[in-house]
Amino acid sequence: MRPFTYERALDPVSAAARAAEVPGARFIAGGTNLIDLMKLEIETPDHLIDVNGTGLDEITVTEDGGLRIGALVSNTDLADHDVVRRDYPVLTRALVAGASGQLRNKATTGGNLLQRTRCPYFYDTAQPCNKRAQGSGCAALSPGAHSRQLGIIGVSDACIAQHPSDMAVALRVLDAVVETMTPAGDIRLIPLKDFHCLPGSTPEKESVLMDGEIITAVYLPPPVGGKQAYHKVRDRASYAFALVSVALIRHPDGSGRVALGGVAPKPWAMDEADAELPNGAKAVMAKLLEGARPTEENAFKIRLAERTLAAMLAGE
Amino acid sequence: MKFEEPTSDNLFDRAMVIGKATPRIDGPLKVSGQAPYAYERHDVVEDQLVGYPLGATIGRGRITAMDTEAARNAPGVAAVVTTLDIDPLEISSFNNARLFGGNEVRHYHQAIAVVVAETLEQARHAAEMIDVTYEEEEGNFDLEKAWQNGLGTDEADAETGNVDEAFASAEVTLDETYRTPDQSHAMMEPHSSIADWSDGENMTVWTSSQMIAWARKSLAETFDIDEDRIRVESPFVGGGFGAKLFLRSDAVLAALGSRAAQRPVKLTLPRPFIFNNATHRSATIQRIRLAAGQDGRLTAIEHEAAAHEFEGGGNEENPTNLTKLFYAGANRRVKHHDVVLDLPESSSMRAPGEASGLMAFEIAMDEMAEKLGMDPVEFRILNDTQVDPMNPDVPFSDRNFVDCLKVGAERFGWSDRNRKPGDTRDGLWMVGHGMAGAYRGAPTLTSGARVRLERGHLTVETDMTDIGTGSYTILAQTGAEMLGLPLEQVTVKLGDSRFPASSGSGGQFGAASSTAGVYAACVALREEIARRLETDDVRFEDGNVIAGNKAIPLEEISADAEITAEDTMEFGDFQDDLEIGTFAAHFVEVGVHAATAEVRVRRMLAVCDAGRILNPVTARSQVIGGMTMALGAALSEQLAVDKPRGYFVNHDLAGYEVAVHADVPDQEVIFLDTLDPAISPLKAKGVGELGICGVAAAIANATYNATGIRVRDYPITLDKMLDRLPETF
Ligand SMILES: Cc1cc2nc3c(=O)[nH]c(=O)nc-3n(C[C@H](O)[C@H](O)[C@H](O)COP(=O)(O)OP(=O)(O)OC[C@H]3O[C@@H](n4cnc5c(N)ncnc54)[C@H](O)[C@@H]3O)c2cc1C
Ligand code: SF4
Repeated sequence: MRPFTYERALDPVSAAARAAEVPGARFIAGGTNLIDLMKLEIETPDHLIDVNGTGLDEITVTEDGGLRIGALVSNTDLADHDVVRRDYPVLTRALVAGASGQLRNKATTGGNLLQRTRCPYFYDTAQPCNKRAQGSGCAALSPGAHSRQLGIIGVSDACIAQHPSDMAVALRVLDAVVETMTPAGDIRLIPLKDFHCLPGSTPEKESVLMDGEIITAVYLPPPVGGKQAYHKVRDRASYAFALVSVALIRHPDGSGRVALGGVAPKPWAMDEADAELPNGAKAVMAKLLEGARPTEENAFKIRLAERTLAAMLAGE
Repeated sequence: MKFEEPTSDNLFDRAMVIGKATPRIDGPLKVSGQAPYAYERHDVVEDQLVGYPLGATIGRGRITAMDTEAARNAPGVAAVVTTLDIDPLEISSFNNARLFGGNEVRHYHQAIAVVVAETLEQARHAAEMIDVTYEEEEGNFDLEKAWQNGLGTDEADAETGNVDEAFASAEVTLDETYRTPDQSHAMMEPHSSIADWSDGENMTVWTSSQMIAWARKSLAETFDIDEDRIRVESPFVGGGFGAKLFLRSDAVLAALGSRAAQRPVKLTLPRPFIFNNATHRSATIQRIRLAAGQDGRLTAIEHEAAAHEFEGGGNEENPTNLTKLFYAGANRRVKHHDVVLDLPESSSMRAPGEASGLMAFEIAMDEMAEKLGMDPVEFRILNDTQVDPMNPDVPFSDRNFVDCLKVGAERFGWSDRNRKPGDTRDGLWMVGHGMAGAYRGAPTLTSGARVRLERGHLTVETDMTDIGTGSYTILAQTGAEMLGLPLEQVTVKLGDSRFPASSGSGGQFGAASSTAGVYAACVALREEIARRLETDDVRFEDGNVIAGNKAIPLEEISADAEITAEDTMEFGDFQDDLEIGTFAAHFVEVGVHAATAEVRVRRMLAVCDAGRILNPVTARSQVIGGMTMALGAALSEQLAVDKPRGYFVNHDLAGYEVAVHADVPDQEVIFLDTLDPAISPLKAKGVGELGICGVAAAIANATYNATGIRVRDYPITLDKMLDRLPETF
């Protein structure tokens, strides 16, 4: 871990302003991802701006009947919120499928969206990794490397890392919108589907946030109803990242929405795929995973995603 | 004292304390955070500095340069010692990979420097500043290739009868190949040490070691100093599973750092080092051939295997060891290839050889039973043996495997099992049942102890360790039993090289050996008391010594001065003429998700035959711990080898998936009421390694039973079954 300086921000405006002003500054919320990465010198901020005191920890019902979730609301509180449990159950299910009780107590809504990949080579600073060290190469793509956990779609020749969040997959299927504040004090609304970037040739850039921009909230549209489910598939029963996860909202008429986790650098969903829901899992995945380019080790994820959705549609 | 022949009826057969369910006497210390584990021993020596290791980042090659200037000048840094600064350290008789020194890199994360600073953060940061230049060499990291080349070559390790003829004429045969991956001990407490070698003369090491005497000897050999100048303490160990049998780099780096900084240094291996710097269980590839008549009797067994080892040896994972002994059959051939690879050093891990051997062999037995159309329980009963099948003059001292199978089948409800693979459903879950047999030898090692009686309170001192197993408690029970004292009147002190040398903990020899050592010391103490009373007819009951018709409180006897005695139990050669082992039968129910092929274990039962159970509480804990570890081995644990780079990639606890609480179902353990007079005066054998044996195969067999899909390549992950599941569910 590199030495760093530290300050507490008391409101989002000054947090964003300071972040733009101080070179090498980063926000810290729950710290459950950032501090681990700092210990390994994968992240090396010079300055930390603690945003826990910015008052962004409330969940409120919006005028249109949706929900505004403050960026600092913990994963535990969000999962446990009455309205979320009643009207957005897919979100509760996704949240409690993630990490552990202790971690969820600390993990925040904003931090969860920005957590970094679990690619094992990203975690070993001795290995080439374009995401960690631009232009150094991608260890996961060399023959004989270990890529079982990594992405199969939306990936590039530079990076095949997957986004590990469960929460984000549920937010995607719920069509959430991220609210931010820029260092200039402007509020931006970014649909979650546009929030994360695909790696292309710049895998180090993971979101559309600009320098110093702070997440202030996540909006959920008014409840869409339907049957909601989240199925996270993994080798052990808990405390593991998804091999594949499926978030599903399904209406009585057979229509609905699907988002996948564990397969791409961002929560993976597509309107054209949703339109195929009445035609079954195979049809949905044919669209959703069209053009997938898995490695030999993770090719099973295609079949797994399809079968998982099929089981959910079968009414598990 | 020498244990020269099987024991007869003795006081343990009328035990008051031994054999009773007794909570750990060290439990309160542990749950209140007061048990002194190595890294937290802030009070043992003042002015401790913190060391942090640097590991090599190539699989094989040499270091051409190390730039340490920035690190040496970093804040708080007291010393930097690099591998180029010193001559290669001796490789001790317990090690194979060199622990430090010289420019040669032989495995990933080999320790190449230690930075010593005032704080952990300073040391870690400075370590990151060291710039290393390597000349990389190509290494050999591919066990599969070596297996293909070695298969069928070299003479058998052991052979009886005419195997080829038996196979040629057999009515039913099986020929399959099985694979088990590299596995990590992944114990909770990483290797940790505080070393004080400030004067470069006398060395004290507070560490986490299973074997105090070995650690001391290894330190002496490694640094070429006299053993008398070394003291080792390890009263509490946060898990070992074999990882802490031998000296590791934590103690070596702490010592070097201490000598350089002239202050005590504490150092713990960062978690990634546990996988590549320390040792692991080797992967294995195993071909098993079985032949039987229609009657179900095995006529021939052939087992050929390969595992990898570091140049110079060290691999203990010989999966064929047990195959010589477990089942009957007149014709048999076993062959094991130890293949030298450039991966980190493979070494002992819980039930080395037995664990991986049974993972494969007990699937083969299941497959063979199916070919024969037999109940796998019946098949095993039919092929039980009471003698070494390759050496029929050597009997088992006490083998109750058949009872394990029968009791287990009864208690599990085996007759209600799913009989046709893939035939039982519970919603989207396919439900299956499986079983396996287990066998683990019961070795003994010389073990000594000293006992002190003062004002009626007994103190037991031995360098025995408690690696979470319950040694403190069973040794207290032994002392209490021998002196007729309540448990509260016994204190046990362990893990200190100033105490008499014991067996240490490992190979499931600890419980049997160390209790026998304490027994011997207590016998000596009783004799001393008798001598003082000038009689040789004494009994010890209720805190009194009873001589003739006089009952004298022990408190009185030892009121003025402490009475001490010391002795060592040695085990006689007669044990070599017997097969002394422990046995178990495991029964498992699993659910396999019909769509995703996720396997979840639903219930587990173990029935164990391990002689007298000294303490049912800690013995059960050992067995369910083994069952849990085997569950991980069956379903998720695998060190992934990066073949081009030559290291274990998933080197943290997020990537190396041990079983977590949510994986662990109802577990039941039944101990048969057996006694083995050939093992020790207590007639008790260890269970710590028996618990992991056979379990993974029972899970594999249950998974097959649930799905009809046979996976012979551990761990049984969903990707290995997915494309063989029915299209619809
Ligand atoms: C052992 C382990 C297991 C886990 N398992 C799972 C799992 O199964 N599923 C899952 O989804 N997650 C899992 N996680 C990840 C966990 O959910 C994240 O670490 C957590 O959500 C991050 O939130 P945080 O508040 O702690 O973020 P921090 O660590 O504080 O920050 C993460 C990043 O977000 C930035 N940031 C934080 N807040 C803001 C803000 N308001 N505006 C702008 N930037 C911000 C920080 O600068 C940093 O870059 C696991 C984590 C661990 C350690
Ligand atoms: S997949 Fe991405 S994160 Fe992983 S090594 Fe390649 S570039 Fe790095």
